[in-house]
Amino acid sequence: MEFLKKKILELRPDFEKGGKYAQFHTLFDGFATFLFTPDRVSRGGTHIKAGIDLKRTMFFVILAMVPSLLFGIFNVGHQHFLALGEFAGSPLNGLWDKFFYGALKVLPIVIVSYSVGLGIEFFVASKKGHAINEGFLVSGMLIPLVLPPDIPLWMVGLSTAFAVVFAKEVFGGTGMNVLNVALTARVFLFFAYPTFMSGDQVWISEKPDVYSGATALANAAATGTPFQISADQPWNYSLQDMVVGLIPGSIGETSKIAILLGAAFLIITGIGSGVIMISVILGALLMGLIFNGIGMTPFMNMPFYLHLAMGGLLFGAVFMATDPVTAAHTGTGKWIYGLLVGMMAVMIRVFNPAYPEGIMLAVLFGNVMAPLIDNYVVQANIARRNKRLAARTSLA
Amino acid sequence: MSDVLVQSPAEKKPLLGKKERKLITDPLSDNNPVTIQVLGICSALAVTTQMKPTMVMALSVTAVVALSNLVISLMRNAIPPRIRIIVQLTVVSVLVILVDQILKAYMYDISKQLSVFVGLIITNCIVMGRLEAYAMGNKPFPSLLDGLGNGFGYGAVILTVAFFRELLGSGKLFGFKVIPDAVYEAGYVNNGLMMIPAGALFVVACYIWVQRSFAKHLEEKE
Repeated sequence: MEFLKKKILELRPDFEKGGKYAQFHTLFDGFATFLFTPDRVSRGGTHIKAGIDLKRTMFFVILAMVPSLLFGIFNVGHQHFLALGEFAGSPLNGLWDKFFYGALKVLPIVIVSYSVGLGIEFFVASKKGHAINEGFLVSGMLIPLVLPPDIPLWMVGLSTAFAVVFAKEVFGGTGMNVLNVALTARVFLFFAYPTFMSGDQVWISEKPDVYSGATALANAAATGTPFQISADQPWNYSLQDMVVGLIPGSIGETSKIAILLGAAFLIITGIGSGVIMISVILGALLMGLIFNGIGMTPFMNMPFYLHLAMGGLLFGAVFMATDPVTAAHTGTGKWIYGLLVGMMAVMIRVFNPAYPEGIMLAVLFGNVMAPLIDNYVVQANIARRNKRLAARTSLA
Repeated sequence: MSDVLVQSPAEKKPLLGKKERKLITDPLSDNNPVTIQVLGICSALAVTTQMKPTMVMALSVTAVVALSNLVISLMRNAIPPRIRIIVQLTVVSVLVILVDQILKAYMYDISKQLSVFVGLIITNCIVMGRLEAYAMGNKPFPSLLDGLGNGFGYGAVILTVAFFRELLGSGKLFGFKVIPDAVYEAGYVNNGLMMIPAGALFVVACYIWVQRSFAKHLEEKE
């Protein structure tokens, strides 16, 4: 570290204004401040003193995603070998083979997502002459986690570019986006290349055609229970499998335990909003209960708590809905926003068989509604205090 | 009556002077009905999945805008202001019905493909917008040119949108395959987003982006 520090201080004059590499200043600055706390101090105006900045915040979110990523890598391999009929018995059989296979599938997606996204970010930053923002560090990791393992890499690159340009840069970059960037990438792929993003064929990497790859969610939509599975599959999903995550699905969404570990980390460090996570889950449960009460279709009659165990609902609640830029900001607003997202997610799941995964569209819908919710919460607060003031002055 | 006998200087002007040419060229870029005035967006999203019907749509709209501009301009001094919208609508709907019948007679397939959108030309904001903004206060010939110019401006945008939507959405242009099979075998897939109306919004947005990055004077001052 000492060596790096010396080297950076030595090189810095070259990248300052008037230096020979002045046009690469933003790039240099971005890397230098990534490694070390900058020695610049804000002057003037009002500041909150805190030991955390955007880079550290983003880094903590990435740490929170590590369990999901590692389990995702393992599960991609596990599902693949299970479909081929190898390493039967305990899921831990052939652990390293599964891990290695999964890494071969998942890491290229991560690399493509990061290089495309950061490439655009660096280009825009140096063109506009502002500092490089670290917003993409999290999006770049979220994008691979919400994709199926066999997605072609050029699609990953295209969707990342689309999301970074249309969801973020045109609105003014990190912190100004209306929609969650990672979900914009996913929704682009979902509508542009539906055969690669939905159905029974895409969730298990390189599976034999005869093997049914139906997800728990697809089972539930078709029969009203996630456990039942077609005759070509030699085993059933159990609730335990669904909670541990040994089911087919997007790379990072399957393991509820890994997601909850990340959620705990986010809440303890104060990075993610626990209120939003809880209210999304409550909203989903509430909607599930309402549907249980109506009970017109088999899917409506499915026990309401099973909604949490399948699909990406929990992943969306923990990592997507809590995005501090696109979520509601006010305290009451967060509850309304979370409940709205949770209820919408289950509603889309149950009512629309074409969109089995409701959480993606529900979070994007919540993102669009968030500023409106905040506005009404603030207005209501102002009105309440005016009323109180009026009551007090009339007493006096 | 002496005016008629003595040629006034105004009548010496060439048929297409500078001002007249501007009536045609302005709506193509700097005063484009779709990208600058943001009129007629609905049909720009609805009919642009393929080039061929889009072409027909562009021509139909051009014909309706130009002719209704001409007719209304001829009638403009006889129309009582309080009922002018009704009169305009009557004229426009007559023209739209004519266009619809001609399409049904000579291009039945395309007419079926365009379905209600031909009839909906009557609700295209460009038509009413030009009648109100131009034809009601100008002479017939400039009004006709203004209608043609706006029709072309509209056509230019929707044809560009249709070009990208058909190319990226189904790999074809005017119904002919242009993306070779080898590309598909290499893993390329048609983009389904381009086939739904939401995809057209992105193409229109890109069009506006490109247009404004070339014509800096269109940017609003902050």
